[in-house]
Amino acid sequence: MKVTAEPVSRLIDELNKLPTIGPKTASRLAFYILRGSKDNAEALAQAIIDVKEKIVYCSECFNLTEQDPCPVCASRDRDRTLLCVVEEPLDVVALEKTHEFNGLYHVLHGHIDPINGIMADDLRIRELVDRVKLNDINEVILAMNPNVEGRATANYINRLLVPLGATISTLATGLPVGGDLEYADEVTLSNALKGRRLI
Amino acid sequence: MANEIKENERLYRTEAVVIRRMNVGEADKILTIYTPEHGKLRVVAKGVRRTTSRLGGYVELFTKSRLLIAKGRNLDIVTQSEPINIYRKLREDLNLVAHASYVAELLDRLAEENIQNYPAYELLVNTFTGLNSGDDPNITIRAYELHLLSYMGYRPQLQQCVRCQAELRPVVNFFSPELGGVLCNDCGNIERRSAELSVDALKVMRHLQRTAFTDIPKLRLTDNLRRELEQAMRSYTRYLLERDLKSAEFIHTIS
Repeated sequence: MKVTAEPVSRLIDELNKLPTIGPKTASRLAFYILRGSKDNAEALAQAIIDVKEKIVYCSECFNLTEQDPCPVCASRDRDRTLLCVVEEPLDVVALEKTHEFNGLYHVLHGHIDPINGIMADDLRIRELVDRVKLNDINEVILAMNPNVEGRATANYINRLLVPLGATISTLATGLPVGGDLEYADEVTLSNALKGRRLI
Repeated sequence: MANEIKENERLYRTEAVVIRRMNVGEADKILTIYTPEHGKLRVVAKGVRRTTSRLGGYVELFTKSRLLIAKGRNLDIVTQSEPINIYRKLREDLNLVAHASYVAELLDRLAEENIQNYPAYELLVNTFTGLNSGDDPNITIRAYELHLLSYMGYRPQLQQCVRCQAELRPVVNFFSPELGGVLCNDCGNIERRSAELSVDALKVMRHLQRTAFTDIPKLRLTDNLRRELEQAMRSYTRYLLERDLKSAEFIHTIS
């Protein structure tokens, strides 16, 4: 005998497929949705359908967008000679929050990680090289995560871009704001020391 | 006192080398580490993707460190890390990243979790140390393969023919991944699934296999010989693992 009605157990099964959601959390969420208003449930369902139907990759920077080209690539106020390469769409959000960058982006959708089976061809690297070739770009900022995989990705891209003649830079690595010096690891600290500047 | 005993049951210390990392949850990573006492382990490092994480820099890929680990319900959790060697060049030089990735991937594929294999741990550390201090990466990983396969129970037979047991003569012989070793010229001509192995290639393989890893001298090998050795070893690991290793492919895309 089945205790849970079929539509409920189907919802639980679907929620269970999401990352970090186990069977317990899935059934709690399912019953929460069941008890909530119909409007809330419909809004959730519609939002899920919309992200799948309305979101596409920008044909220039490969960020996720509702309209192609995305607002950043379409904007007339941005510096089109400056390109910032990032791993994930969320990195664009983080960089935009700084209000310090007024160029364009290029989203790779990952980093090179052969141990986990991710190779250069799985990323938008070829598109990046074409973009630098075809457009008048003065500087490419490689804003990969400061870890082995991110660095390897940046080095790999650097090799491909050097012959094209653009200036290539990477983000500074050093101490995070709000942290204590004594807790910094030796690589971060030695990078911070190397990158010191006059005040 | 009672408390102290409880603490000890929950925590353990181990030396470890990080051989694989995967993002999980908001800011965590699952690390695959190789340890002297427990062999391969999978552990969680919490919050290490945050820029202010104290642990982050110490659980980087290829780092050798002393870890304090707490037993978890599912996976154990890294609570402290103190680096012993960060192998800086393996992090920075793209060619060395590729070779170190291959070393890590091969070990990860061959090793089962929770099975102690001290020689394999020692080999891993020596290989990273060698790569980091400028040893020829190509020869280093050939020696690593031959030694690791021995420690994992797949030592290729390089002295006698794997079919007729005859002592191998210094002529062109054949390498058979399926039979796990070298076939003499006569048997190789009968056995289809084998590839020619030159006298020099067999010599180098034998030499690498019987010399202690840390005593392997500088060898000057031609590109052709390097290719031949790689092909033989690759055919063998492909047969054992039933797959090609991505990092082996990566080494080629960058060279």
